[in-house]
Amino acid sequence: MEAYYKRKDLLKFEEIGKDAPELAKKFFDYYGAVFAEGDLTEREKALIALAVAHAVQCPYCIDAYTNACLEKGSNLGEMTEAIHVTNAIRGGASLVHGIQMRNIAEKLSM
Amino acid sequence: MIAEQLTEEIVEDPLEERVAIVPFSLALSRHGLNLNRNKTHTLQINVGFLCNQTCRHCHLNAGPNRMENMESGIIEEVISYAKRSRFETIDITGGAPELNPNIEMLIEKVVPLAPKVMLRSNLSALNDGKRDHLMELLKSNRVVVVASFPSLNELQADSQRGDGIFKVCIDALKKLNVLGYGHEGSGLELNLVSNPTGAFLPPSQSETEKRFRQVLDNKWGVVFNNLFNFANVPLGRFRRWLDTSGNLKNYMDKLYSSFNPCAVEDLMCRTLVSVSWDGYLYDCDFNLAIGLFMGGLKIHVSEMEGPPEYDNYIATSDHCYTCTAGVGFT
Repeated sequence: MEAYYKRKDLLKFEEIGKDAPELAKKFFDYYGAVFAEGDLTEREKALIALAVAHAVQCPYCIDAYTNACLEKGSNLGEMTEAIHVTNAIRGGASLVHGIQMRNIAEKLSM
Repeated sequence: MIAEQLTEEIVEDPLEERVAIVPFSLALSRHGLNLNRNKTHTLQINVGFLCNQTCRHCHLNAGPNRMENMESGIIEEVISYAKRSRFETIDITGGAPELNPNIEMLIEKVVPLAPKVMLRSNLSALNDGKRDHLMELLKSNRVVVVASFPSLNELQADSQRGDGIFKVCIDALKKLNVLGYGHEGSGLELNLVSNPTGAFLPPSQSETEKRFRQVLDNKWGVVFNNLFNFANVPLGRFRRWLDTSGNLKNYMDKLYSSFNPCAVEDLMCRTLVSVSWDGYLYDCDFNLAIGLFMGGLKIHVSEMEGPPEYDNYIATSDHCYTCTAGVGFT
């Protein structure tokens, strides 16, 4: 069965600009500026991007930023910790809404 | 007769986009470039392929079973060549040069012949409990130590260089620091070389140096002078690993697509001549690894009157894309 995602499509990302080219240009210029060295290093930004890629579960981003993290000097230890940060926030976001659940349940309950 | 090696790989997989690796010499000519020698100021002496480690990124297939080791007769020829050539730098490498039984003799004889003498070390050979005298010799002769240190992460470093090597290397660096190496103003220069621990290109050298300096000092109290990043060259054991791990095509594509014509000017082969354990001359250690002789001609060190001449042709092959990737490696 053919896979839904194809790795080679990641290399075609810029083709999204074939329609609405001005918007695409603004996006890619902004994207490049975001990942440039700033107060955060390129390595730190790549780790953040990796964590977010797992939060949104984008296979293209996971591929791109796994490569980027290694190329910016990171390692499996750091990258795994970053994914645990993702997990802690995603899980924590669900769990903290449980307080709302408790508030409602306590109001309704005797 | 110039024996230029042309390699071209065309990927046949119909599901993947084809990327042809054109011969490096063709890539140069497409950019209007030639790769010819500048003034040669460095002699690199490869004393042999014997090594106590079998690093996975090794371009030479060096290891404990390699018997190629520079004998005293060839060493005398190399010293004689250095005397008549007046190099600015003499760079001793291997394998593990510490394991050559003539290493101390070689160091003592070349030190008077060049303002700068370097010894490349994997650190574990230097710290095997048998090299205290060698370390003192390095110190007393102010030999620059260039040490392999790929990663601050123990697991990552050991995956490339062997189990337990990271801890041995930290210990070796501490011992070198005690001798005075790496401290500002000591005159004893300790440089680190970091290679990626896989099929990816190295990060920014300045960022790596900054991070290594901070972490090595904070965690282990280790200091050093400079750090250099080198990409792994797709030869030897590393190439075999690339092939068996399914990374070869992508890695070659990365090197090829990262070709930077501006890096050609400062390539080390333009100012360096390499001599092998058996005395033959090469444009660099990577060409030595595949037996690609200097300028494509088999010349023994005993036959050379002086350094290779300015503007001489440099032999190239597809592995040369490594040194011209990104900012280049000089």
